[in-house]
Amino acid sequence: MKWRGRPQPGRREDAARPEFEDVVLTHLDAAYGLARWLVRDPNLAEDVVQEAVLRGINYFASFRGEDGRAWLMRIVRNTAYTMLAARQQAGRIEAGDSDAVLDVPDPDDGPELALSRQDDAARLERALAALPIELRECLVLKEIEELSYKEIAHITGVPIGTVMSRLWRARRALMVAEGAADDEQ
Amino acid sequence: MSSNHCQEMRLLLQADVDGELQAAEAARVAAHLDSCPDCSRLQQQLLALSATLRDTLPKHSAPEHLRQAVRARLRGAPGRQAAARRWPVGIASALVGIAASLALFAVLPMRGADGMQDWVVAAHVRALQPQHLLDVASTDRHTVKPWFAGRLSFSPPVRDLAADGFPLIGARLDSLPGSEAAVLVYRRREHVINLFIWPATAEGETAEGSRDGYNFVHWAADGMTFWAVSDLNAQELLEFAGRVR
Repeated sequence: MKWRGRPQPGRREDAARPEFEDVVLTHLDAAYGLARWLVRDPNLAEDVVQEAVLRGINYFASFRGEDGRAWLMRIVRNTAYTMLAARQQAGRIEAGDSDAVLDVPDPDDGPELALSRQDDAARLERALAALPIELRECLVLKEIEELSYKEIAHITGVPIGTVMSRLWRARRALMVAEGAADDEQ
Repeated sequence: MSSNHCQEMRLLLQADVDGELQAAEAARVAAHLDSCPDCSRLQQQLLALSATLRDTLPKHSAPEHLRQAVRARLRGAPGRQAAARRWPVGIASALVGIAASLALFAVLPMRGADGMQDWVVAAHVRALQPQHLLDVASTDRHTVKPWFAGRLSFSPPVRDLAADGFPLIGARLDSLPGSEAAVLVYRRREHVINLFIWPATAEGETAEGSRDGYNFVHWAADGMTFWAVSDLNAQELLEFAGRVR
C-alpha cells in the first residue's frame, strides 16, 4: 500500500530512538511496579508494560523532555486502565458461556502472598490491593514511587486537590484496616 | 478536640508529612500540632503508615524476560516509529484515547486506501464501547457463518482458530466507507481482535502498522479484503493473520 513506500523522515527518529530506549529501560521497574499494583496480576502487568512501550513509541513525538519516568508512567497507567476495561468487557461477553477461555486470577490469591511474610505486612498489602483503583494508584505513586503531588496529578490526569483527597481516603482506609485509626468520621 | 478546624487541617497535615508544604504553611501546621494532641497523634499515624508501606510492600522489579522482550521490541521498532512520525505531531498527540479516535473518525476525510487504516482502527475502538462489540456471540463458526447469510451480499470465510489460541467469540456487521463489512471477533488472552472482511478486488495488497497504539494487519485474498485490528502486540497479530490466511 502507498503509505509503506513513502520516504522515511530519517535522521530525526534515529536520533530520538536511543533516548526513548533510555527512558523506557531506566524506568522499566517503576513501570512494571505500577502496572502490577494497578492490575494485580503479574501476567497482565507484563502485557500492560509491553503495550505501553508500543504506545510510547508512537507518542514519543509528543515527549518534550520532561520527567521521563512520569511520562512513561502516565502511559502505563492509561494502558492499564484500557486493558482492564477490555478484560472486563471480555468477561461480560463470556458470562454464561460454559467454556470460558478467560482466566481471571483471584487478585487476593497471588503467589507472592503465599510467601512467608509477616501477617501484618500481608494484611496491609491485601488492604492496599482492595482499595478502589483510583485511590490505590495515588498511594502507590506517593509511597512506593515517591512522586510529588504535581507528578501524581499529571500521571492520573486529575487536579492536585483531588490527589490530596484520594491520598487521604486511601491512607484512612489502610489505617482502619490496620486498626490504627481512631473511630472518627 | 476533633473540631472542624482539625478536619481542615488533615490535608495540610498530610501534605506536611509528604513534604509538600512551603515553610510558612509547615510552620502553621507545627503550631497547630503543638496545641492539638489528636492531630499530633494523626501525624504519628501517617508517618508510621508511610514507613510501614515503604518497608514492607514488595518492590516489583520487571522480570528479566520482560526486560529482554522490551529491549528486543525497541530494537525492532523503527518501522512503527516511522509510521507514527509520518503524521503531524499535533494530530498524533491528539489521538490519545477513545474519544480522540472517535473525533478522528468524524473529521478526517477519506484518503483512498491510505485512509482505510484510520477507519478500521476507529471502528475497532468504537466496537470496544459497551454493547458495541458483538451482534452475535458464539464460539461456533457453524453458528456465526449462517448468521451473516441474509444480512450481507457476500459470505465471509469463518475460521475456527481456538486450537491456535485465538478463540472466536462472535461477530457483528459494521459499516465502512464504500462497503458493509463482516466483522469476526476473536480473542487472544484479554485482547480483542476485530477481523474486518469485505469483498474487494485488490489481490495481493498488504499492509501492517499501528495507529493510536492499535496494531493492524491488512491483506487481500480470494476476492476479499481483510483487516485485523487489535491492541495485541504486533508479532501475535501477525501470527493471527497467518492463521487466518
